[in-house]
Amino acid sequence: MTESTLETSGREGLDEQGTTNSAVPPRSSRGHRFTSYDVEAFEVPGGREEDWRFTPMKRLRGLHDGSAAATGSLSVEVTGDSSARVETVGREDERLGRAGAPADRVAAQSWCSFSEATVVTVPKDTRASEPITVTVHGPGEGATAYGHLQVRAEPLSDATVVLDYRGSGVIGDNVELIVEDSARLSVVTIHDFADDATQVSSEHASLGKDAVFRHFAATLGGDLVRVNTKVSFTDRGGDAEVLGVYFTDSGQHQEHRLLMDHAQPNCRSNVTYKGALQGDSARSVWIGDVLIQAAAEGTDTFELNRNLVLTEGARADSVPNLEIETGEIAGAGHASAIGRFDDDQLFYLQARGIPYDQARRLVVRGFFGEILQKITVDEVRERLEAAIDKELAAVGE
Amino acid sequence: MATLEIKDLHADVVTEEESKEILTGVNLTVRSGETHAFMGPNGSGKSTLAYAVAGHPKYTVTSGSVLLDGEDVLEMSVDERARAGLFLAMQYPVEVPGVSMSNFLRSAATATRGEAPQIRHWVKEVKQAMSNLEIDESFSERSVNEGFSGGEKKRHEILQLDLLNPKFAILDETDSGLDVDALRVVSDGINRYRQNGDRGVLLITHYTRILKHVQPDYVHVFVGGQVVESGGPELADELEESGYVRFTNKKEAAAQS
Repeated sequence: MTESTLETSGREGLDEQGTTNSAVPPRSSRGHRFTSYDVEAFEVPGGREEDWRFTPMKRLRGLHDGSAAATGSLSVEVTGDSSARVETVGREDERLGRAGAPADRVAAQSWCSFSEATVVTVPKDTRASEPITVTVHGPGEGATAYGHLQVRAEPLSDATVVLDYRGSGVIGDNVELIVEDSARLSVVTIHDFADDATQVSSEHASLGKDAVFRHFAATLGGDLVRVNTKVSFTDRGGDAEVLGVYFTDSGQHQEHRLLMDHAQPNCRSNVTYKGALQGDSARSVWIGDVLIQAAAEGTDTFELNRNLVLTEGARADSVPNLEIETGEIAGAGHASAIGRFDDDQLFYLQARGIPYDQARRLVVRGFFGEILQKITVDEVRERLEAAIDKELAAVGE
Repeated sequence: MATLEIKDLHADVVTEEESKEILTGVNLTVRSGETHAFMGPNGSGKSTLAYAVAGHPKYTVTSGSVLLDGEDVLEMSVDERARAGLFLAMQYPVEVPGVSMSNFLRSAATATRGEAPQIRHWVKEVKQAMSNLEIDESFSERSVNEGFSGGEKKRHEILQLDLLNPKFAILDETDSGLDVDALRVVSDGINRYRQNGDRGVLLITHYTRILKHVQPDYVHVFVGGQVVESGGPELADELEESGYVRFTNKKEAAAQS
């Protein structure tokens, strides 16, 4: 396992730490992990476990130990392309849970605690020309709610779904993203909560034969946001591109944990997350696991995480991890880097007359730009660009 | 008519462990219309002078002054210095990933001119300037200096010089690492800038070859962080013939006495 951390405390620091293609075998398998729909099958985590060691447990507000009873509910609103079928269903609906079982206690707690689920289905052979937007509002400050969402793209369908989280409160939820044979599903998830919010979300993506999955995560708000994203390939030819940006502010904890589970031959996954941190005790965690099982010959995978630490007092952790059980692969690699804001870049731009604040904005926009360009929904891209500008203006050093 | 005056300038380079004095009292006056060649052996502090005048945070001025038309440059931030009319063509231009050359040039022109250039004129202006420097148009959509060869970076420094048209240009070893053709293209660019008439150039170089293309009015020899001898173009000829030995000895002798 390779791991890099940058905690800024002094003036002088390292420029960039990079790790690539480490051949060190992991201490224990992170890819083959225990799953269960039963919350009691998981011990209450204490915070030292590999899965929880970066998470400030107190700030989970009881989501992990059974003490957070549902005291409110999520409001879910689905708008946009009318070709999708939208249903609100009860727990007993047999379609639920197909994309994967919970892999940690909070996910299991959410699974056991939700009362109704939203199911969005893109019918077979249908192309949704407009994005489908699912807006989820938290239960409000001081309240706790559990949720469940399933998006199913039936064979040969093509759709873009924007999952827009807003509001306050404590939220535990599971999101199933099912891409059936030869379907194409793009999902943009925006975690844009108010400052008090806590969210622990588990995303289970399941890809059929020749399915194309595009995922873009943007995490901006919240007190604590922890997102697990697992991509399972159930047949050959699946193609997943999993991208993300986060902007971690003073006091925020934002954690993204990814697992690309290659159980089938000839699938591809590409993970790129970029984050910027600023302000006291801003904390980001990125865990990128890839498991290439013995059967998954011809796998092609790459994972990249880059962090830009803008001010003193912030800390980023980045842990890429690759487990390979077959040598017959097309390619596998990972890279992780945590860099400070580059004084030389600022100097260069300023030496051409560009004022400090604008130079800083250019550099940060440049850092995120390449990845934001991949968002195909214009309004979402513009909203994220504006949000990043606003975050930058808020401190301005 | 503008004047750049450097008076008894002392500056330290600041590293993690220590700061070390590099400039030991530099005196130099450049007036508009003049080209000064600034020559010295490696490690003599030529680049430090360039960076100190431009305001790089790694260098601290400990005493002395830099005045641009009587205004105290050292009191200005880096971007204020540029907007006041100082330009530094860097020996090692910095890569800025994700910022396109065209966005960068337009931002810089807007800042130094005080208003955004009109888009239609601007596009033409950039095109012409690029073509003068034999830069392919595709570069304008590439990230600033990213993946550019050494020669391409130098051409782009001169492209910026051309578009920003500052009162004074400090060119820090712009000739280093250029092949014969690139040297000609870059020199032609510098000469076009000089033809504006009222522009001052401080041309920092280790070798005399660029002086065959860009004729200096004055030549200064820089050793041990200060100017040890000044003269006309003939001084460059002497350096070409005999190198820096006479001057480094002179400096040592002075230090011992």
